[in-house]
Amino acid sequence: MEIGLNHYLVLSTILFAIGLAGVIKRKNLLLLFFATEILLNSVNIAFAAISHYYGDLTGQMFAFFIIAIAASEVAVGLGLLIVWYKRHGNIDLETMKSMRG
Amino acid sequence: METLLYIALFAPLVSSMFSALFTTTPKKTFVGVIASLLIFTSFVSTSLLLASIVINGNESVHVEMMTWMATGNLYIPFGFIVDKVSVTMMMVVTLVSTIVHIYSIGYMDHDKSFNRFFAWLSAFVFSMMVLVMSDNYAGLFIGWEGVGLCSWGLIGFWFHKESATWAANEAFIMNRIADLGMLIGIFLVYWNTGTLQYEGAFEVFKTLDPATLTWIGIFLFIGAMGKSAQFPLHTWLADAMEGPTPVSALIHAATMVTAGVYLVIRSNELYSLIPNVGLFIASLGAFVALFAASMALVNRDMKRIIAYSTLSQLGYMFAAAGLGAYWVALFHLVAHAFFKALLFLGAGNVMHAMHDELDPFKMGGLKKVMKWTWIMMTIASLALAGIFPFAGFFSKDTILEAAFAEHHFVIYGVLLFTAGLTAFYSFRLVALIFHGEERYKIFGISPHEAYRFMLVAMSPLLILAMIAGVLQEPFFHMIEEILSAHEYHIHSHTTLWIMLVGTQVFVALAILYAYKKYANAFIKVPDGTSAIENSFVYKFLYNQYYIPYFYEEYLVKPYRELSDIFWNKVDMKILDASVDGIAGIIYGTGEKTRAMQSGNLSVMLRWMVVGFVVLLSLAVVFGLTARYSENITVIFSGLGAM
Repeated sequence: MEIGLNHYLVLSTILFAIGLAGVIKRKNLLLLFFATEILLNSVNIAFAAISHYYGDLTGQMFAFFIIAIAASEVAVGLGLLIVWYKRHGNIDLETMKSMRG
Repeated sequence: METLLYIALFAPLVSSMFSALFTTTPKKTFVGVIASLLIFTSFVSTSLLLASIVINGNESVHVEMMTWMATGNLYIPFGFIVDKVSVTMMMVVTLVSTIVHIYSIGYMDHDKSFNRFFAWLSAFVFSMMVLVMSDNYAGLFIGWEGVGLCSWGLIGFWFHKESATWAANEAFIMNRIADLGMLIGIFLVYWNTGTLQYEGAFEVFKTLDPATLTWIGIFLFIGAMGKSAQFPLHTWLADAMEGPTPVSALIHAATMVTAGVYLVIRSNELYSLIPNVGLFIASLGAFVALFAASMALVNRDMKRIIAYSTLSQLGYMFAAAGLGAYWVALFHLVAHAFFKALLFLGAGNVMHAMHDELDPFKMGGLKKVMKWTWIMMTIASLALAGIFPFAGFFSKDTILEAAFAEHHFVIYGVLLFTAGLTAFYSFRLVALIFHGEERYKIFGISPHEAYRFMLVAMSPLLILAMIAGVLQEPFFHMIEEILSAHEYHIHSHTTLWIMLVGTQVFVALAILYAYKKYANAFIKVPDGTSAIENSFVYKFLYNQYYIPYFYEEYLVKPYRELSDIFWNKVDMKILDASVDGIAGIIYGTGEKTRAMQSGNLSVMLRWMVVGFVVLLSLAVVFGLTARYSENITVIFSGLGAM
């Protein structure tokens, strides 16, 4: 059986669903970052697959962009996370309520 | 020439704006002096314009300052014209206002709003100049509204008095009603002629059918009725006497109230095409002349008596204008402005002397302490009564002659009878104030004559009230072309002499009767017990024919009740309720959805996911709809066919 576009897209969708579930369920900030990484990379897979399918490099360029953005996001996010941990001693989402309306 | 025109027009505006700078500061005499000087400048420019028109024979000075409105076919410029009619009005306005400004420096001496007074008064002069100088109906309307506004501000000048604010609002609202008619008239002019310029519109009027012209004439005249306080919109003028006396002299005697007459004279080419409306105007004028004079007979308020006499004289002017004797109307307007302003300023002196007492029954014998005021008011009253050789004789008798020569004998009779009444009530007032016992002593008032400079300021009016008659011939020759005037000649000389002498004797008898009745030692302050005061006629006249009562009872009160209903039912229950309802829904939604903003990051993320899913499903739905739109249309048309 040859591995075609559909397989990649199914994989991407499954990963996206896992990521989404993680974003909803996780109470730990670090794990939340993992979940968002899964989300972003599921999209990257879809981009790369479609790009290959059409023989157009634009999609892959986009995937690279996303990787770069994801890296910087994690860098900033982890920095903030460490500061938060130093101040409060935990990274539990339930305690982050300072923006309550 | 144009420079003179602009100076005449804008000097009052500068004066007003200058005075307005000091409205919140305490009294500064120089404000009044500078305002008077600027108005005097305007007077000098007007005189030069008049000289150039009379001596150099210039037809008119016509300028177009700038475009005001130009859209499509509508073109209205700020155009000003100084021709023989408007220059006459400008002379009256600037001369009387110069005098009133100077007089006011003395009269308003003790008033803490001295500066504000001059700001309003000069603003009034500017509006009046715009009114008379404009070369189109739109500009006239601006001036018309401007004088209305300034009149409001000046009647209600002492706004801490409830009666003054009430009178100011009454005047403004009454004029508002009439202005609606005037606006409709102006719209009709534009609708039918396509222009608002006098020249252009008059040209087209000649080709219109009489029915249209009649409507235009009627609606424009409704505006004139309001401004000139003709029946049934007359009640505001007597109440307007709440304002300071110089205001009454300038606005409610000499200038603003004559704006209606000016409108009719200015539109003479219209009204000469529709003699039926003219006859109506003349009849109404004659009626108002008699009607107002009868109310003046019994009134016990000095200023109101003079106000009714103004009303009555306006009736004379309309009678003349309605009969087509436009130049006579204009001449009476000019002469009336002089002696009536004089009379009012004299009354102002008396009021000052008597500490704002207005009831002439409480005065008496003032001629000893106020000799000059006495002379001035007597001469003004003689002029008003139309005694030879004072101004009123020439103007009023010409109106009578015109009515006689046009064979309108009813109007003639009414006007003649009114002339007798005019003489009677004017001299009743003079006799009560200046002759007889010194009744004021009971009330512990020590009267004094007005400042000398006030009397000097009044003297030009005194001279004009005496000699304005000699201007009749030159005035006629100046105006005859533009107003297509002709002199009124009674065919037989005998008839003419009988009329002249008869009128004089009749008027003189009325004056003597007034003196005999009111200039004696037996006059007492009426206390409502005498037989005459309880007679029906006296009460009827004293209560102004119960017209104010009627308006209050049958127009104002039902209107107020209707307003109450609309406020409680329509406004509160429908409009307010719907607006509040919408606000309430939004507010309630906000209140309920506030719980979403818990500040908890994972809850927010969940909402984000929900939003994402909703948007995605919407996109899918729209995409499907777009793809299958044809099928959907078929299904819906099938539903409609069922």
